[in-house]
Amino acid sequence: MAKILLEMKNITKEFPGVKALDDVNFKVEEGEIHALVGENGAGKSTLMNVLSGIYPYGTYEGDIVYEGQVCKFHNIKDSEKLGIVIIHQELALVPEMTIGENMYLGNECGHKFSIDWNKTYSEADKYLKMVGLSESSKTLIKDIGTGKQQLVEIAKALAKQAKLLILDEPTSSLNEEDSRALLDLMLSFKKQGMTMIIISHKLNEVSYVADTITVVRDGATIETIDNHGTEPVSEERIIKGMVGREMTNRFPRREDVVIGDTMLEVSDWTVHHPLYPERKVVDGVSMYVRKGEVVGIYGLMGAGRTELAMSIFGHTYGTNISGSMKIKGKAVKVKKGADDAIKHGIAYVTEDRKGNGLVLSQSIKVNTSLAHLDAISKHMVIDSDKEYAVAEEYRRKLKTKTPSVEQLVGNLSGGNQQKVLLAKWMFAEPDIMLLDEPTRGIDVGAKYEIYCIINDLAAAGKSVVLISSELPEVLGMSDRIYIMNEGKFVGEMKAEDATQEKIMAIILKSGRGE
Amino acid sequence: MMMSENVKKAPGFKQNMTGFMQKYRVGAFFQKYTMLIALVAVTVVFTCWPGKEGLILLPPNITGLIAENAYVFVLATGMLMCILTGGNIDLSVGSVVCFAGAVGCTMMASGVNMWVAVVVMLGIGLLIGAFQGFWIAKLHVPAFIATLAGMYAFRGFTNVVMNGLRVDITNETFLNVFGTGKGSYIPDFIRNSSEAINGWFTKDNTALVGLIGENYITKFNLTCMVFGLAAVIIFILMRVRKILIQRRLGISQSIPGQIVSMVLIAAVMIWLSFQLSCYRGLPMVLVWIGLVLGIYQYVTTKTAMGRHLYAVGGNEKATALSGVKTRNVYWFAYANIGLLAGLAGILTAARGKGIDPTYGEGYEMDAIAACFIGGASAYGGTGKVSGMIIGALLMGVINKGMIIIGVDANFQKVVKGIVLLLAVMFDVMSKRQKR
Repeated sequence: MAKILLEMKNITKEFPGVKALDDVNFKVEEGEIHALVGENGAGKSTLMNVLSGIYPYGTYEGDIVYEGQVCKFHNIKDSEKLGIVIIHQELALVPEMTIGENMYLGNECGHKFSIDWNKTYSEADKYLKMVGLSESSKTLIKDIGTGKQQLVEIAKALAKQAKLLILDEPTSSLNEEDSRALLDLMLSFKKQGMTMIIISHKLNEVSYVADTITVVRDGATIETIDNHGTEPVSEERIIKGMVGREMTNRFPRREDVVIGDTMLEVSDWTVHHPLYPERKVVDGVSMYVRKGEVVGIYGLMGAGRTELAMSIFGHTYGTNISGSMKIKGKAVKVKKGADDAIKHGIAYVTEDRKGNGLVLSQSIKVNTSLAHLDAISKHMVIDSDKEYAVAEEYRRKLKTKTPSVEQLVGNLSGGNQQKVLLAKWMFAEPDIMLLDEPTRGIDVGAKYEIYCIINDLAAAGKSVVLISSELPEVLGMSDRIYIMNEGKFVGEMKAEDATQEKIMAIILKSGRGE
Repeated sequence: MMMSENVKKAPGFKQNMTGFMQKYRVGAFFQKYTMLIALVAVTVVFTCWPGKEGLILLPPNITGLIAENAYVFVLATGMLMCILTGGNIDLSVGSVVCFAGAVGCTMMASGVNMWVAVVVMLGIGLLIGAFQGFWIAKLHVPAFIATLAGMYAFRGFTNVVMNGLRVDITNETFLNVFGTGKGSYIPDFIRNSSEAINGWFTKDNTALVGLIGENYITKFNLTCMVFGLAAVIIFILMRVRKILIQRRLGISQSIPGQIVSMVLIAAVMIWLSFQLSCYRGLPMVLVWIGLVLGIYQYVTTKTAMGRHLYAVGGNEKATALSGVKTRNVYWFAYANIGLLAGLAGILTAARGKGIDPTYGEGYEMDAIAACFIGGASAYGGTGKVSGMIIGALLMGVINKGMIIIGVDANFQKVVKGIVLLLAVMFDVMSKRQKR
């Protein structure tokens, strides 16, 4: 048996009113990749914050034993000194600074009052090479993509002489290709003897990369699954531990599918990039959705799916938009601005619920009514009783977990925030709902509930467009699937004919430019 | 014996206290009403100041407090709307106050009808606000810079209009309606209407003397008191209606808490109207302030535009994607503060019985400070009219109190600065704890 590098013993961490961690025991062997999985709010991040000293010694109970020593970290600097480096989910890079400046931010080379820039950039270049980046360290962060920024974060960690690297959801904002590259990089680090902890929601990645998987649920470690074998652990096996029951069916069945006339039709839709007008982001796309139908649009990140949806939704993205749009068979010209699109019965549920979807500093009630204030007001005066009743109705319908609709949205979990966002657009009473990654970053249980809501919407005669980069989700939910790559639709198939292999094959083929 | 008993009881007491604190959420109470508590504390300190006991609460001082701070209430109301949109401020209001006042005074001095001048002053404010709002909303010039430009430009225009000299107002009606002089109070028409009622208010009427006090009995303004009581009754009826509706809808609420706050507010209102009645009665400027505060309380809480102000400040992108024309919200906020600056110009000119080219300097800062002390977020999206009122009152009481206890004028601004810093620090700290 390999040496134990880190052991967290009987860790208990309480916040006012909540026990976030309850007597957690967690062991990491030297030279392994250890995955930490669990639903949102299960306590994974809290555990890692205890480990890295964000919650200092004394605010929790229990011991951290690292390399045989009991550690008492008072801040992140203490844990970094011993080589424990954490890379957070939200990238902590300054866009207007160079890669090198970012890598040594707070850890500058040379003297405090005289920074050694030559050393900074030469060292930075060395570490960039190790993570497989060919960019110069003098490139500005804003000029490289998210995938590369994630690699810079890793290089930054390496520059801190990391022995134990903690990656919190490293692939959540990466496309499939970049994710794969990142995971392979992790495997190559492992060969060089690095120990890593990865937190992830993407179970296929976990079973691909991890040697050991620890499942956290309700602030306690439930089980540790060994993944050294030749056959990777199945996703179902991990999910069972996460939700505490067998999830036989990840996608709810739709009963009595009735598909009606064409609701929305878009032909030859072309959208140009707002900053680089010569670049086509969406290129000659034609599509239609019928009443009561769920149409999936599958594509990797950057394929132009969000851009397509937002340009349909009142030209809220892009310039030089051309093409024609028909709603219920009639040609319409939607004016610029979301208000006109809403009037035409289109709703767009954003993929970025915190950035583009919700007003976090306001209550559930206020967020629910925001897109359709007319319905609860007379001559611009809001009827607050009616507003409350509406919010309450949707809270019950969508089973949003909250003490009251007066609760601030910022205090809710990801899954419940998504429900509020859906409630807002359901209340706007659209005919066509464009759902962009509706289950991103939310846990398995909440995902199932969102799927049920989507099915209900379709059953109620709405036309649903489901945009997703999770292939099983598109396959499990849609009646018909469009496949998008590099701004173009490269395939269309009925759900019953579609398989993962067929879709991936189409994308690979189109990628080669055939 | 006693000692050992106390020692034994101590832990129990401590537990009881924490239990009590949690049950009635004392911490949350302090967090929510920090500035109100500070206002009460500051007032108590000045009231108990050795040698100056009770001076600050004398009727003339209360009326004076309202008159001196009228511009703060009016401008801070407009400023709050701007701050809500995302911590944006309007630096030009001081200059706009003076410019609008200068134009109005010059017109009145040359014999133009006073009401025409009033409309022109409001119109000028609105136009300037809309003009600056256009730069901010449509041309995306940062609000700070657009209004800094306005601050210089309109101070300059003022000097141009007035040739750098003071203009006086002689129009008595204007001074009475908008000013703070002897004539600027609602006349006591109830007492004047009948000799019988008027006859009650003599020093021989022992029952009333007992109630009002010998000093004020002959001058007691009955109309003001009646208005005050009527306002209290309307306030209580509205509150009760709100409680009943909330109960019907099943909105969770603490009814004892609501009743306590209702009784307290009603008591303060009765006390205030009594104090005003003891001195000259209901000042006209209080009517204007009340009107402005009432309207904007309603706008922020009950109208779609108010909702949009909060939403834009909370998350502009999400609001735009919800179909709100967000740039128009900015435009509204800045046009609106222009209009209110016009009104503040009228009040300032009337109070000063004319206008000096230096009037209005620093007014913008007083308005901004009132909003931030009153709990508005420097990032926008949160802040209430009620909070702003408390912020303005706190500044006003501190100013007045320092004058009464004779603090060196040079130090008064130092104290104001410290208060602003402490207030915002408390606010930030209490919000951080909540996480």
